[in-house]
Amino acid sequence: MDLLLIAQLGVIGLTFFMLINASAILVLAERKIMGFMQQRYGPYLVGPHGMLQPFADIIKLLMKEELRPKGADKWLFTLAPMLSITAAFAAFATVPWGAETTLFGLLDEPVKLGVSDVNVGILVVFAITSMGVYGIVLAGWASNSKYSLFGGLRASAQMISYELSYATSLAAVILLAGSLSLREVVDGQSGVWLGFIPSWYIFLQPVGFIIYMIAGVAETNRAPFDFPEAEQELVAGYNTEYSSVRFALFPQAEYINMTTMAAVATDLYLGGWHGPFLPPEYGWIWFLLKVGAILFTYIWVRWTVPRYRYDQLMRFGWKWLFPASVINLIVTAALVLYFNA
Amino acid sequence: MPETLIFYALSGFAIGASAMVIGQRNPMYSVMMLIASFGALAGLYVQLDAPFVAVAQIIIYAGAIMVLFLFVVMLLNAPKEDGSEWDRSHPLRQPAVVRLGGLLASLLVVQLGWALLSARGLGGGVAAFGDAETVSSVRVLGRVLFSEYVFAFEATSILILVAMVGAVVLARREGEGS
Repeated sequence: MDLLLIAQLGVIGLTFFMLINASAILVLAERKIMGFMQQRYGPYLVGPHGMLQPFADIIKLLMKEELRPKGADKWLFTLAPMLSITAAFAAFATVPWGAETTLFGLLDEPVKLGVSDVNVGILVVFAITSMGVYGIVLAGWASNSKYSLFGGLRASAQMISYELSYATSLAAVILLAGSLSLREVVDGQSGVWLGFIPSWYIFLQPVGFIIYMIAGVAETNRAPFDFPEAEQELVAGYNTEYSSVRFALFPQAEYINMTTMAAVATDLYLGGWHGPFLPPEYGWIWFLLKVGAILFTYIWVRWTVPRYRYDQLMRFGWKWLFPASVINLIVTAALVLYFNA
Repeated sequence: MPETLIFYALSGFAIGASAMVIGQRNPMYSVMMLIASFGALAGLYVQLDAPFVAVAQIIIYAGAIMVLFLFVVMLLNAPKEDGSEWDRSHPLRQPAVVRLGGLLASLLVVQLGWALLSARGLGGGVAAFGDAETVSSVRVLGRVLFSEYVFAFEATSILILVAMVGAVVLARREGEGS
């Protein structure tokens, strides 16, 4: 077989492997950081400093009995977690995570680090992420439980509201870059301004970046916007009736969605794999560091900010975040026109 | 050859799913089948070298509009349609309605047949905007939409706005009455 094809397949397999591991690492990181913030150790018994805790969690979940409530809808109850996890994995398909590389001269032609490169990459990510809501809504409806139904209802209303701000903040970056391909957006951010400021879009789009991060938290149903599973009000929200592997797929999908969100933010605002000190061959190290920093911020926010009230969430989304993102888009469009003319 | 096979698979899936939308008793399954049908349509657009249209189809229809459908179905918690109860009272079962529906359906069949027959010699339709490369480009699409078809575009927006205002007015009539 062609060596380039093998390398490309290897990259795809590696991306999949990294995403699975990202969810395991995030489970551990979440519990460790939460413990640190609450002045305790967090998981400590399994492996050195509790590092093998994710394996223990997964084995425990696999061994549990799979339950399905009697009144639940058989098909949709089974379909819902599958939809969630499929959408989570598929959304990463057009996110590039490194520059072109020849694997230290091993290949004749360079291979691109990333599953595929489509000329409407940003929109593909957005389209597939917006499919993820069906998993949650169907899980809530199919469970035939009041708590689950409320979780599902909240999820659909919340995600529709915040998707608007999310998409509008993306549009501002697309205007700046003049391209819908994520790889071209990243390549537009190479180099420096004034000799020392890296030319990342976060410096041109500070408002857009903040809107993107807030909408991203709401899209992935994380605290302070974790209404679909608000445990004080709804037991566990949409996944109350789930157990075993079917249950495990929901948090896994949530963590993978977080990773995708952070990776897209890195590509759009933080310059992707461009950074000082490292040669472009090693740009993926910068990429991983930036994604890690954003994910840490996500976890940090979750354990410091209390949950909103549901009406506050809706009011904030429609009356503040959405107008702010529209104004941001209009100002960006005007400036791009002015400087390009 | 594989392209033709994929085309037939996707079209068959789209038609089957659309038939299931009306065939289902449970509105929840109807919504799901409609989403599946939109997905198959998006696949057909990709085959036509129009990835932007495919993605727009998924974002707008499957990602936004159908979520709202689902929201309404869940909020009303619509029960399964009970056949025996509907037969007597439902207005759509009246003879006049059935006749009009039959007329419209046969008109549609005739129209489809005419379109298929006249499309045989087609091929210049796409070329009017340049080669396949430029047709799939978002830039060209935007330019055509906002220059040549700007009136149709704006008229559609106003139509949607009118529908929205109408919905708000209808929803407000009860309660306040002002």
